[in-house]
Amino acid sequence: MSATAAMVERPPPRARGWPRRRIIGYALVCLWVAFGLGIVSYLFLAWNAAFFAKYAPAYLQGLGVTLSLVAISMVLGAVLSMPVAYGRMSRNRILSGLAYCYVYFFRGTPLLVQTFLVYYGLGSFRPQLQMVGLWDFFKDAFNCGVFAFALNTAAYQAEILRGAIESVPKGQWEGAASLGLHKLQTLRKIILPQALIVALRPYGNELILMVKASAIVAIITVYDLMGNAKLAFANSFDIQAYIWVALVYLVMVELLRHAIEWIERRITIHLKR
Amino acid sequence: MPAQSIWTLLSWGPDGWLDDIAYGVIVTVLLALATLPIGLTIGFFVALGKQSEEPSLRLAANIYTTVFRGLPELVTLFLFFFGMPILLQHLIRYFRPEATIDVNSFFAGMIVLALIFSSYASEVFLSAFRAIPKGQYEGGYSIGLSKWQTMRKVILPQLLRIAFPGLENCWLSLLKDTSLVSVVGLAETLRNAGVAARVTKHSFLFYSLAALVFLGLAVVSSFATGAILRSLGKREAQR
Repeated sequence: MSATAAMVERPPPRARGWPRRRIIGYALVCLWVAFGLGIVSYLFLAWNAAFFAKYAPAYLQGLGVTLSLVAISMVLGAVLSMPVAYGRMSRNRILSGLAYCYVYFFRGTPLLVQTFLVYYGLGSFRPQLQMVGLWDFFKDAFNCGVFAFALNTAAYQAEILRGAIESVPKGQWEGAASLGLHKLQTLRKIILPQALIVALRPYGNELILMVKASAIVAIITVYDLMGNAKLAFANSFDIQAYIWVALVYLVMVELLRHAIEWIERRITIHLKR
Repeated sequence: MPAQSIWTLLSWGPDGWLDDIAYGVIVTVLLALATLPIGLTIGFFVALGKQSEEPSLRLAANIYTTVFRGLPELVTLFLFFFGMPILLQHLIRYFRPEATIDVNSFFAGMIVLALIFSSYASEVFLSAFRAIPKGQYEGGYSIGLSKWQTMRKVILPQLLRIAFPGLENCWLSLLKDTSLVSVVGLAETLRNAGVAARVTKHSFLFYSLAALVFLGLAVVSSFATGAILRSLGKREAQR
């Protein structure tokens, strides 16, 4: 008894007094508190009822545009990512090569460039697009944004899907085959439920990245949250236009992050020992 | 204006736009390279703060990453680019009332990208710190190295090797994020391509060229990081 008690390592005693790292830590926390108080007091002092009345509805509308942009492009990207992930995992050289090039292009170039390529670049093909009747679609900046974002997130989601499916051990496929399930059934009933647990966190990160990246569409004249902030700043030269929008984005991202953590805790409850 | 062929547009010199875009590429690369050391240093110290036993240090470091990973890059850039001159103006008015302040877009971009890069890099450093066993510190102390010496000579070499793949990802996203600085008027690749597109009306051509440039930079840096990784591995093997 006494021998085991001696073996157990005691936690080190807590540092007392004011070691250097505590001074630095308190100073940094005080700096953050001062920064936060500074922003709050600025917003309080610069409180402008006219500004708020004028732009708050626009911000709300912009929030709706941002959320619908992200939602539509995430769903379209998820649909599009399935064939791409299939191509990446296929044994066919041509198919996997094509899928690899797709993923490499969309992950290797900035989203801003891709958005410009769709919004301004496709304008070069206006006669041809008009001939096939697609011009009405690409005329609208919001549609262009959705198109570029869906293509972009499809590349990232394909990699997430592929990684998750490949993380399931091969024996699961073989076991299902020996039970007489065909491929699609195996995928749906055995592989995907295991893979999606692995994929949840990367999918959540991708969602957060999309929410953040959606600010880009403000540059191609979509009036999303950021676009309305740009407009408000251009009209009023009041920096609180950007501070408010930053707060909204921060709250949105933090809510999403905590929601994803909560979901992950819920669905991995059977894996905890 | 006579119709110009694509090859004239893409030539070097007064008729073509290749020289402008090449200049933009240099600015892009310089911006990324100038950001890298600042971002790495801040990221390292933030990671040190996050794994410290001192709760206040951890709190300060966590607030840092929450803020800069939670804000969209574009919002951070605009806040800094438009907010900083106002703030500095207020401060400087106490000393010299007539002075005006303008923030250089390269400088603003560098600081904002360093803030974002460092908050992502700190997570990479943190997981690398956790991968190093405690015995390495204890071994360092037991042969009489000071805390700082242990960090520099024992921990850091291992840390860099573990953190390298994660840092490579951070570098690639930094390279892509430089394109955002074009929005506040820095004449880098995307902006120069945009100017060319607007003047010549060949938008698809020039924006694809910009995309190819970024793709090329990604390929070059993956070759470079591969070489660095191999040399790190070689040094490991010689031991």
